[in-house]
Amino acid sequence: MSRWRIDRLLSLLLATLAGGAALILLLVLAFLVREAWPVLSGIGWVRLVTDDGWYPLENRFGLLPMLWATLAAGVAATVLAATIGLASAIFARFFAPPSVARLYRPMLALLAGIPSVVYGLWGLTVLVPLIARWQPPGASLLAAILILALMILPTVALTSLSALNAVPGSLMRGAAALGLTRRGVVLGVAVPAARAGILGGFLLAAARALGETMAVLMVAGNVVQNPTGLFAPVRVLTANIALEMAYATGAHRAGLFASGLLLTLVVVVLAGLTARLVSNTAHV
Amino acid sequence: MKKLCWLRSILTTVCMLSLAGTPLAAQDRLVLTGSSTVAPLALEIAKRFEQLNPGVRVDVQSGGSSRGIADVTSELADIGLVSRALKPEEETLASYTIATDGIGIIVHRSNPVQSLTDAQVQAIYKGEISDWNRVGGKAGPITVVNKAEGRSTLELFLAHFGLKNSEIKAEVVIGENEQGVKTVAGNPDAIAYVSIGTAEFDETLGVPIRLLPMAGVAASVTNVREGHYPLSRPLNLVTKGVATGLARRFIDFARSARVDDLVEAQFFVPLAH
Repeated sequence: MSRWRIDRLLSLLLATLAGGAALILLLVLAFLVREAWPVLSGIGWVRLVTDDGWYPLENRFGLLPMLWATLAAGVAATVLAATIGLASAIFARFFAPPSVARLYRPMLALLAGIPSVVYGLWGLTVLVPLIARWQPPGASLLAAILILALMILPTVALTSLSALNAVPGSLMRGAAALGLTRRGVVLGVAVPAARAGILGGFLLAAARALGETMAVLMVAGNVVQNPTGLFAPVRVLTANIALEMAYATGAHRAGLFASGLLLTLVVVVLAGLTARLVSNTAHV
Repeated sequence: MKKLCWLRSILTTVCMLSLAGTPLAAQDRLVLTGSSTVAPLALEIAKRFEQLNPGVRVDVQSGGSSRGIADVTSELADIGLVSRALKPEEETLASYTIATDGIGIIVHRSNPVQSLTDAQVQAIYKGEISDWNRVGGKAGPITVVNKAEGRSTLELFLAHFGLKNSEIKAEVVIGENEQGVKTVAGNPDAIAYVSIGTAEFDETLGVPIRLLPMAGVAASVTNVREGHYPLSRPLNLVTKGVATGLARRFIDFARSARVDDLVEAQFFVPLAH
């Protein structure tokens, strides 16, 4: 009887805490909408899409170029990091000598812990001048992609490694007993079995790439324009907020909140995508 | 900001209670409103002033130079913050300069260009001149560095050269001054404009940048302070009529050498004392 009550209490407590977390998310969304309202209703959300430039002090509020830039940088960085990250996870799990594999994991964890602003500073002082020598001005979509890929690579590698480690040994032994080659065991059995975890890691990394601010701000050039080439400077939505928020008032400030709202929507869509992908692939 | 004021009002109340018997009168409170350029500096000065004068409360709110003028005229504020010289029709107000804001054009140290005319700077920023060899430099595409919208440096630059931000064809847009210095230091073909205080400081540290003179006047903190340098503006405190009482004390404090470090921390040029 008393155990029943303790369980009830615990479940009530957990439900309250979980509800609180969900409530905070809703409150954040409501706050964003409220702060962006002068632009959404007064100026009209249509103009956020149709205006041909972002000059809020000249009453032009086009956000689309920054949305494309955000997506281009995020997607390209994720693809790059996913390829290298998955490869290094497979290497560490199946092909590396045990001593190397033992060192590899803490090294990745360490890399994942480096603050983004450090990557940004390195990008600004080393990577950008390097690209500038080849294709000026250097600060570009390419620099943003490379920095982002570098930043999320450890996340991708670590989540992939965990997913591969979690594949039941019986599956592997069964595959080996059937006489499959090492390549067949790895690519035909282990990777498909770990698919949900690996994909989840990719999308987690993509969300981080979309939300990253400082590092991108320092290397992307921040010119508001459609990303037409790898060497063209672009501005992402997060950088737009960080660059201008300190000095913005009135409609300009509301426009920046609209940037934040748009970014949140992109991340929500991404999260929805993650949930669907993971639930579709959970059963091998 | 609101929360901070709230916290401060609680603190003040606590102070008042502990000083029972010496209630605070309205003349122990100052309200400053105006320019978002001056407000951060005024806030720092106000903090120090409050520390030195226990019981005095100074509220700083930003909202643009025009708000500062309007609030002082209508006596909503004791002191207005105005980041320009007063216009002739505002002569009824008294203005007190507390610092000067100057911006300088910087290029990489290896760039052979020694000076640019105003027309050349305009053409470069509008994208009409896009190669250094057209202004006496080595051939190479010019990387134009511009500031993000809303920054006071951008505003002053645009006003001086009679440009609109949408006319500028920039390759890089930056936020902080330091980011501009690093961008130019890392790109021999870049041109940027930053606060003179920052640029001069970095130049003496050996960062490979060079300040260009404007209209024949060297871009230096000294020239800004003495008013010779064209691309600069005074940062003013204004009052309705000649300042008296607590406002006078605050203004005298803000103009004294005791706040020079605060002025320099905001990359402005302190007064000559």
